[in-house]
Amino acid sequence: MIRIFSNLKLKDWLLILVIIGLIYAQVWLDLKMPDYMSEITKLVQTEGSQMNDIISNGGMMLLCAFLSLLDAVVVGFCTALLSANLSMNIRERLFNKVENLSMAEVKKFSTSSLITRTTNDITQIQMFAAMGLQLLIKAPLMSVLAILKILDKNMEWTILTGVAVGILLLTVIILTLIVIPKFKVVQKLTDKLNGVTRENINGIRVIRAFNAEDYQENKFNDVNEDLTKKQLFNQRTFSVLMPVMNLVLFGLTLAIYYVGAVIINDAAIGEKVGIFGDMIVFSSYAMQVIASFLMLAFIFMILPRASVSANRINEVLYSKNMIKPGNLKKNKNNEEGTVEFKNVFFKYPDGDEDLLRDISFKINKGETFAIIGSTGSGKSSIINLIPRLYDATGGEILVDGVNVKEYDEEYLNDKIGFVTQKAVLFNGTVESNVMYGKKRMSKDKIKEAIKVAQAKDFVESMDKSYESHIASGGTNISGGQKQRLSIARAIANNPEIYIFDDSFSALDYRTDSNLRKELKKYTKNATTIIVAQRIGTIMNADKILVIDEGKIAGLGTHKELLKTCDVYKQIALSQLTEEELFNE
Amino acid sequence: MSKEETRHEPPKGRGPMAVGEKAKDFKGSIRRLFKEVGKFKGIMLVAIILSIISAILMIYAPNKLTELTDEITKGLFPNSQVDFSTLNRITLFLVTLYVTSALAGYIQSLIMATASNKFAMRLRKQISDKINKLPLSYFDKNRSGDTLSRVTNDVDTIAQGMNQSLAGLVSNVVMLFGTLIMMFVTNVLLALTAVGASIIGFIGVSLILKKSQKHFKARQVELGKLNSHIEEAYSGLNVVKLYNAKDDSKKEFDKLNKRVKEENFKSQFLSGIMMPLMNFIGNFGYVAVCIVGALLTMNGSITFGVIVAFMSYVRMFTNPLSQIAQSFTSLQSSAAASERVFEFLDEKEMEDESNITTEIKESKGHIEFDNVEFTYDGNDKPTITGFSAVAKKGQKVAIVGPTGAGKTTIVNLLMKFYNINGGDIKIDGKSIFDIKRDNVHRLFTMVLQDTWLFEGTIKENIIYNRKGITDEEVVDVCKKIGLDYFIRTLPNGYDSMLSDNETLSIGQKQLLTIARAMLDKTPFLILDEATSNVDTRTEELVQKAMDKLSKDKTSFIIAHRLSTIKNADLILVMNKGNIIEQGNHGELMNQKGFYYDLYNSQFEL
Repeated sequence: MIRIFSNLKLKDWLLILVIIGLIYAQVWLDLKMPDYMSEITKLVQTEGSQMNDIISNGGMMLLCAFLSLLDAVVVGFCTALLSANLSMNIRERLFNKVENLSMAEVKKFSTSSLITRTTNDITQIQMFAAMGLQLLIKAPLMSVLAILKILDKNMEWTILTGVAVGILLLTVIILTLIVIPKFKVVQKLTDKLNGVTRENINGIRVIRAFNAEDYQENKFNDVNEDLTKKQLFNQRTFSVLMPVMNLVLFGLTLAIYYVGAVIINDAAIGEKVGIFGDMIVFSSYAMQVIASFLMLAFIFMILPRASVSANRINEVLYSKNMIKPGNLKKNKNNEEGTVEFKNVFFKYPDGDEDLLRDISFKINKGETFAIIGSTGSGKSSIINLIPRLYDATGGEILVDGVNVKEYDEEYLNDKIGFVTQKAVLFNGTVESNVMYGKKRMSKDKIKEAIKVAQAKDFVESMDKSYESHIASGGTNISGGQKQRLSIARAIANNPEIYIFDDSFSALDYRTDSNLRKELKKYTKNATTIIVAQRIGTIMNADKILVIDEGKIAGLGTHKELLKTCDVYKQIALSQLTEEELFNE
Repeated sequence: MSKEETRHEPPKGRGPMAVGEKAKDFKGSIRRLFKEVGKFKGIMLVAIILSIISAILMIYAPNKLTELTDEITKGLFPNSQVDFSTLNRITLFLVTLYVTSALAGYIQSLIMATASNKFAMRLRKQISDKINKLPLSYFDKNRSGDTLSRVTNDVDTIAQGMNQSLAGLVSNVVMLFGTLIMMFVTNVLLALTAVGASIIGFIGVSLILKKSQKHFKARQVELGKLNSHIEEAYSGLNVVKLYNAKDDSKKEFDKLNKRVKEENFKSQFLSGIMMPLMNFIGNFGYVAVCIVGALLTMNGSITFGVIVAFMSYVRMFTNPLSQIAQSFTSLQSSAAASERVFEFLDEKEMEDESNITTEIKESKGHIEFDNVEFTYDGNDKPTITGFSAVAKKGQKVAIVGPTGAGKTTIVNLLMKFYNINGGDIKIDGKSIFDIKRDNVHRLFTMVLQDTWLFEGTIKENIIYNRKGITDEEVVDVCKKIGLDYFIRTLPNGYDSMLSDNETLSIGQKQLLTIARAMLDKTPFLILDEATSNVDTRTEELVQKAMDKLSKDKTSFIIAHRLSTIKNADLILVMNKGNIIEQGNHGELMNQKGFYYDLYNSQFEL
């Protein structure tokens, strides 16, 4: 929790100093008021007081109240500024950090959790800073000052106040101790409730097809009841707080008056009026003391939630970056468009087994290189290593003859046009998605890329053609259309090396084949790496790499592999007849 | 998301409920809310009565306190003593009063907590039940995030509003009027002073309230925009990185972040003024009462005790006023939230089918499409026109065609997920209109391209809602489709948990859903791109297993990969919502038409 405040800048710390000063002044003013109050009380009680004295004392008190109000407004201004700045800065740092996390770390945290950390958790921190900070400064100041004011007044009354504070603190501590562990459970159950509902909506077709509505409802009801039970427990426990608070507050006044009565009764005649005035003043200071302790109690109630959030944020902020970018920004060896794997090994940070074992191959400029293999054999892992989405755990990967770890990140990315398995589109227009990441791009170039990606027809039939709106995630167009736009994005990038990670799976054969034909024409000199399931997509590649259980099972052309590689032949035969295969 | 047909853009779902958001029809939603709360009328009434009692007691207390101070003041005069018997009596009375009031308050808040949580639970259940009664077209049009936020955020807002404001509102109103009455009864002049001082302050407060409301709303809107940008940037992070768009994305983020900050600051500042202002009003009233009171005391028209009582009254009067103001804001957000919940609960449900009495228990496995017409809600063009075909018992029927031809739509219609607009689909000669939905579903086994797995073990995911399935059967199915080996390599085998960030590939997920479907023994089978991400060798294995399993089943298969469907008994070639060619592979190849072209395109580069 404290660590999160290291995000405050020097300017903010100065602001905090100002706030402390202002709050001190405010508390001083607030505590000055009872003095005038007692003066007024005395004047009212004493025979023959001048009305002027009462009015001037009243005026002073009002002045204090007004200054305190002004002070409070300024304090409010400062804390609002501080909390808004703090949350903006933390959010910015977090966003920056997440954008620079390696994909392995993103996977570790999970995307959805990173999103809530950047949104919800930061809101929690901001709320705490806005409400808690003021109280955190005010409560101790006020209690100390108020206690100082009454300390020398009367022993009995002081003890009474101490007892009241004790009862109050004890209640709050016990309540918090009971509730906090349950509080975390509630948070988890809310997540679960969300999860079950999301599952229900996402799987609606399957659920209906299986007539499993009741099954889902039961599941939901279990979580729902559990959540309600826990929440009810918390709220019932907290129900004690308000009545106890009131009881202590009123009880203390009553006790002070009663004890006061006893003291006055025993006092010498001359002192009686003075003691009475003291009693009134004391009771109002005692209220201030109690109020300040209540503020502290309030902080303790909102603290757990904020501190859970702070921990979640810090976890991301202080995680070590696993991938260190290099700084090479030029071609060292006059090589272009080549990719080479030398004895590459790879496993996920939390995995036990190597996903890739001893992979070596070289792709020359302008070649079409295909990778094929069964589900889970490690095809995608191979290509993810090239733009360093992950780093190899053994061996090295060379692009243009240089180890990828030496390159500047942007420089390396500019060489590569990577089309992901799951098409990713952003809120914007067709154009903005195709020119994504580029400052400017000519209309002709965008149109050309879209044409090559076989997306011209459907784009031009959209209501605003190239300026048509694309919803976040591309939810307003079909899977095949999404894939084609993300391919157009890679083409517009003009890379030396194209990488397609099973990017044609949602296209029908006709479109798939046209696209590859056009692409070949358009990118004569570019190197192309294709991961695919369909034999038809890859059979004309210059080289085909066959991967089986993380190892190389074969490397060669279609014809060679049919003769030499058993795995390849099996894959081929599962799609085409012998006749079709060998007639080519 | 990989639904085949181009859909109309769904309307942007509203973000999570904003605090202080205004309801479109405040009165209407509040009335409805009260109606729904009706079930808890009994205990709520008890709570309200209790809170009235507790409020009345609290108002009465200062009066007694006046007597107490008056007693003490009597002791101040020379040669007089404090009358302790009276004092004790009053003290005891006050203690009883305070304790009773506290108890009443405690019981009241216990009841309110129970009622509001039970109410929230019921609302959540209603929403969840409703999800299963809505037609699929609802989910085409609305984002799931929006429905989710109704289940959690909105219901929570309602519950909180109920818990805090409802009982509070009643007791505060009682307090307010009670103090007013007591003040005027005690002393009219002082009462007017106190009320006058407070009212001046409240005009200021309401002005601020109005202004801050605007900024709260603006903040919520800006926050929504920022959140969607974050969501987008994080979920497409690999593309953001690969296309060097980190700076662009950051710039956009900074812009949005800054705007959120501005609104954050403004709303925070304005709402922060409220409390100090209330304090000032309290003090102002206090001083006014003191001065006027002192004047009156010196005239001898009131005792000092009256001033002490009034000091409490002033506090008591300003407190409920500000609380009522707060109750109204929270009630207002409750109203907005309940509006969203009720709007969802009132959505049109699927047609009632209770009048259908016929039931197909044993199907002969015969299906006929007769001139089927279908248009998606909100679309102008029909997706399916004049679709006619017959599938006989045990036949393997494949549907092929380019993207957007309407293949998935045919499946949706067959499953009665949507109602057809024209023509008929006949199962064993019986119109689909005369068969209940769950009856249709019982006849079909369906596997979709979009894999759907839930958080639970592998075994639970495979067995799903069916009873009496043994572990052996599960293992057997997995062996048949070559999944057994992989599952055994997992740390907990069949009991391994599938959670949010597991490392199953899309292909493996597809195999799991296939295993789930293979446990069903139904006369019809639908595979909609079920193996599109499975490698072809595994697919072959799956197919062999399926073939064995579906010897007597009538099956419908949709696939882009033509190798998957080559051995089908009947291939329906679709284009633009229509069947343009049909026959088996050999026949279609001989026709040298659309299918021939499609098939051969896979050998081209």
